[in-house]
Amino acid sequence: MIHDHILSLMIFTPMVGFVLILAAPSKRPTLIKTIALCATIPPLVWAARIYFQFDRGTSNFQWVEKVPWIDAFNIQYHLGIDGISIPMVLLTALISFICVIASWNIDKYVRGYFSLFLLLDTSMMGVFCALDFFLFFVFWELMLLPMYFLIGVWGGPNKEYAAIKFFLFTLVGSVLMLVVMLIFYFGSMDPQTGGHTFDLTLLANQGTHQSFLQDNVLRWSCYLALLIGFAVKIPVVPLHTWLPDAHVEAPTAISVILAGILLKMGTYGLLRISYPLLPDMTLAFAPFVAVLGLISIVYGALCAMAQKDLKKLIAYSSISHMGFVVLGMSVFTNTMAINGAVLQMFNHGTVTAMLFLLVGVVYDRAHHRDIDRLGGLAQNMPIYAAFSGLAFFAALGLPGLSSFISEALVLIGSFPKYKVITIAATTGIVLTAGYFLWTMQRVFLGSLDERNTGLPEINPREIFTLTPLALLVVFLGFYPMPVLKLIGATLEHTVALVLKNGAGF
Amino acid sequence: MNPETMNNIIFLIPLIPLIGAAVNGLSGRRVSNRVVHVIGCGSVLLSFLISVLGFFTLLSIAVPSRRVLIQSVYTWLSAQWTGGGFMVEAAFRLDPLSVVLCLVVTGVGFLIHLYSVGYMAGDRSQARYFAYLNLFTFSMLVLVLADNPLLMFVGWEGVGLCSYLLIGFWFTDVEKARAGMKAFIVNRVGDLGFFVGLMFLVWALFEPGNPEPIGLSFDSLAAGMPRLLDAEPIWGIGIATWIALLFFIGATGKSAQIPLYVWLPDAMAGPTPVSAFIHAATMVTAGVYMVVRLNFLYLASPVAMTVVAVVGALTALYAAVIAVAQNDIKRVLAYSTISQLGYMFLAAGVGAFATGIFHLTTHAFFKALLFLGAGSVIHAVHHNDMNRMGGLKSYLPVTYLTFLVAYLAICGLAPLAGFVSKDEILFSVFTAHLPVPGLAFMLGVLGLAGAGLTAFYMTRLLLLTFFGSFRGEPDQKQHLHESPRVMTGPLIVLAGLTVLGGVLGLPAVTHLPHFLSNFLNPVLERSGAGVHQSGAVALEVGVMIISTGVALVGILIGWYLYSKKPTAVETLANRFTFAHRLLANKFYVDEAYQALIVKPVMKLAALSGLFDLKGIDGIVHFTSRTTTKLSFLIGWEDNKVVDGAVNSLAETFKKLGDAAQRLQTGRVQHYLYAMVLGIFVLFIFRLLI
Repeated sequence: MIHDHILSLMIFTPMVGFVLILAAPSKRPTLIKTIALCATIPPLVWAARIYFQFDRGTSNFQWVEKVPWIDAFNIQYHLGIDGISIPMVLLTALISFICVIASWNIDKYVRGYFSLFLLLDTSMMGVFCALDFFLFFVFWELMLLPMYFLIGVWGGPNKEYAAIKFFLFTLVGSVLMLVVMLIFYFGSMDPQTGGHTFDLTLLANQGTHQSFLQDNVLRWSCYLALLIGFAVKIPVVPLHTWLPDAHVEAPTAISVILAGILLKMGTYGLLRISYPLLPDMTLAFAPFVAVLGLISIVYGALCAMAQKDLKKLIAYSSISHMGFVVLGMSVFTNTMAINGAVLQMFNHGTVTAMLFLLVGVVYDRAHHRDIDRLGGLAQNMPIYAAFSGLAFFAALGLPGLSSFISEALVLIGSFPKYKVITIAATTGIVLTAGYFLWTMQRVFLGSLDERNTGLPEINPREIFTLTPLALLVVFLGFYPMPVLKLIGATLEHTVALVLKNGAGF
Repeated sequence: MNPETMNNIIFLIPLIPLIGAAVNGLSGRRVSNRVVHVIGCGSVLLSFLISVLGFFTLLSIAVPSRRVLIQSVYTWLSAQWTGGGFMVEAAFRLDPLSVVLCLVVTGVGFLIHLYSVGYMAGDRSQARYFAYLNLFTFSMLVLVLADNPLLMFVGWEGVGLCSYLLIGFWFTDVEKARAGMKAFIVNRVGDLGFFVGLMFLVWALFEPGNPEPIGLSFDSLAAGMPRLLDAEPIWGIGIATWIALLFFIGATGKSAQIPLYVWLPDAMAGPTPVSAFIHAATMVTAGVYMVVRLNFLYLASPVAMTVVAVVGALTALYAAVIAVAQNDIKRVLAYSTISQLGYMFLAAGVGAFATGIFHLTTHAFFKALLFLGAGSVIHAVHHNDMNRMGGLKSYLPVTYLTFLVAYLAICGLAPLAGFVSKDEILFSVFTAHLPVPGLAFMLGVLGLAGAGLTAFYMTRLLLLTFFGSFRGEPDQKQHLHESPRVMTGPLIVLAGLTVLGGVLGLPAVTHLPHFLSNFLNPVLERSGAGVHQSGAVALEVGVMIISTGVALVGILIGWYLYSKKPTAVETLANRFTFAHRLLANKFYVDEAYQALIVKPVMKLAALSGLFDLKGIDGIVHFTSRTTTKLSFLIGWEDNKVVDGAVNSLAETFKKLGDAAQRLQTGRVQHYLYAMVLGIFVLFIFRLLI
């Protein structure tokens, strides 16, 4: 049955588009764009199918595909999704589709752009579906390459700097991950074959590597290495400085992908790899991780307040909002916090995608993002202002919109464990309200600057990209259960497993 | 109506205004203003009718303690874990307390919607205006009807949002936009208190080993109070006190009490009907409602109760003092609102919850009337400055007469609604048993002093606005006109309510039942301080006489200074320059907050931004430079030592750079194609074999 391979189909359909685009004549940009669009629609349909058919009652992996890939090293092509990955898979399918439409006005090297874009799509989907450490790593690295070029070629004035910075930061993380991966590979023993294994589902069983990986120093070194690798991606302060630069330089759609999906790979990696493989260290490092989350929340918000570039401001707001995910992931006495964290991964994906799309709209018209040179835009762009208002209020956690639910769950869940840290984190909420409203006022309210009177209203294509996200933001604020039901069983299991296996040491 | 049927339609009360908001908000300027008005006013009227239905349904339930209807619409959020869970319902609770608030919100709200039709005539964005106003009504009704504090918080911040949107409704004026922002942010500080209180509450209610999920319904919170009281104190302060005080911080934000009142006077930048609706009759009373709703929590903490009472009394007096020196008619009314809200907290703080709600209701009538009257005046003269008004009573007769009714009510003269409820508060305070001896008496005296000042500044306002001769531009005189009927109609209805509102809570001396107190009693646990329970009729009459006397003194002084001998004001202001400047500048509290909180935070933000750029990125750049230099050094050394045998790293870098340059000319596809194809072939190869 074709639907036994639904995950492979979702991963490699963009790849088919990639091949077709490379075969297409570069003189026909519309054809290329259409191919790209067509390559992102089937995954969206399959995502809907997955959403409806996903068994919410179990924490087992579903739609599992397992084929030997490189026998010599016992590497498998092993896919499957559970409650942690499914929101990310759905988000990736949606955001990729939206981003192709948002990229419609790209006119430089169209073929290169869209082929790289689809390659990126494949790698992202692959990361969220892979259950083999090696396969995960391949997809993880594969993502780096198109991202580097997409920023470095199609970016803004300072694109080379931003692209190299992004590349080097991520590479450091990758190298650390590679080392840990090899340590686990050589330290493991597949109970069936007796050989080493990269299989994450097997490695989660402490018995497969316990005898080898007994040394405490080795264990915490491994955890720290993974943590750094993933923290770069999230990003956690102080490993975050690549993010504002990358965002400022990246074209709109790439910023959307970057903030909407790539950042989540960091927290996803922690949940998928660090937690099951090193549960004892997960517990030991939890307070440290909580502090990192707090620092990101408050410091990110303060930095956002200081920005004059609208896109940079939103980049820093991402750091702050991802801090809630990190904080929520450090609590194991209940599952409120971790449910909130994973929900926040999804919600931040939709909200921040909206924000970056909106920045793109004003940049396309005014050709700058300088907050002080905008102002009064609500007068000639009322619909644009309304969308921005929704996105801003969602981002500042207004109850009734999606982010509130996730941030509230994180805070309520973290409080019993980390009282002072959680209370300190709530100050981030006031700061966030402060800088978003201040930005709202400086960009949209007040009198209209005569330089901006000619800016045309948001166009139907842009409205089309924003509408599904806006609907999700409102709907999940009133009724977040559709996502919570998807993730609940898996997270209950994850937390229980960390507690059980972690206590064994 | 059958209680069961009513139980299933509670959600319609908030939903209908939400639909109205959505329709008006999304239609933009595509539909005529007439349609916008019908949707805007009609939706609130429908809600009002359902609320009336709910009220009579509750009355029809014979056993007062059974007068609770709870509709759980759906499970809002939940999380399960081994040995526990957290589950919050989107549930609405219609009980005597919430139905009274619903009636006030939708009833007064409908009148103000109607008034807005006239007031906003000619504005370009009426659809937006009515959408915001309906959205506010929705949020306020969610706040009132919510059956748990988390859902209440949705309404709580939702009203804040609408307040923000409506204060800055004329957003092209940057000052108005800024006032909206200030309101939201100051409220957010308070909301933080609310939310941290909620965090404490969930934590305190969590029982390890109890697999029942924690719900947050008010009934379950009340049932969990013993656990809260048994819990270990933190820093010597009991958990119940912590939670009650944290929630009270939220109340000081929303209900503009010391120290978070500063946003309300600025909020007067919004259209005047908005000030009447949101910033006088409904939203600002949310804090009082919340304290009364959580009465079981406050009763568990005498310390918190005392704090509530003291803050209320101090605010009542303090705001009245500032109101004396303001020249903007709406600002005087704003400080008056702050002061009156203080009275409500004072009542709640001494345990007279029903009295607090009583004053909330009567205040909604007369303060909405005062604001709408002021709006009618502003509609005629097009500014807010009382120095340029005067003698308007002959030009605006209906406005003047209705305003006079509200004036007499707020001054506290019998038998108007304001008199009855304010006296009940003062009586409750004088008879209260507070943990600190003598405190009750002091608070009562503060309240009396505030009442005297209220009579004084309201007399000043009345005389400056309606009496004397017109002090505006002479050519403006011909344009002075009474407002259209759609505006005066609501004024007349509200005036009627202000006259008759007192019958809701007749004093004991009349030997008639106190309807509101009896009706609310089932919601209020062991609230003993009601008037009728104590039955000290003589004392009650005494308080009435004293407070009436104080009010008359205030009125007389006001009349003397602003009508009889106007020069005396200037003499006084000149003699007490310092005091006058202090009052006119509102004790410089705004300036102090700016210097002590806003500026330092902005400074910290700027420093953080700089640190990010110079500090963290500085390290990053230093590392990269050092690495590059090191590689050059090694490369150079390599060249020298191993004679031309190995390529220097630097050259490798250069070549890499060249390669990258080539890649950037568009041939990148080829490289990628090759690489991906390789992986692909390998992959398919493996799949097949």
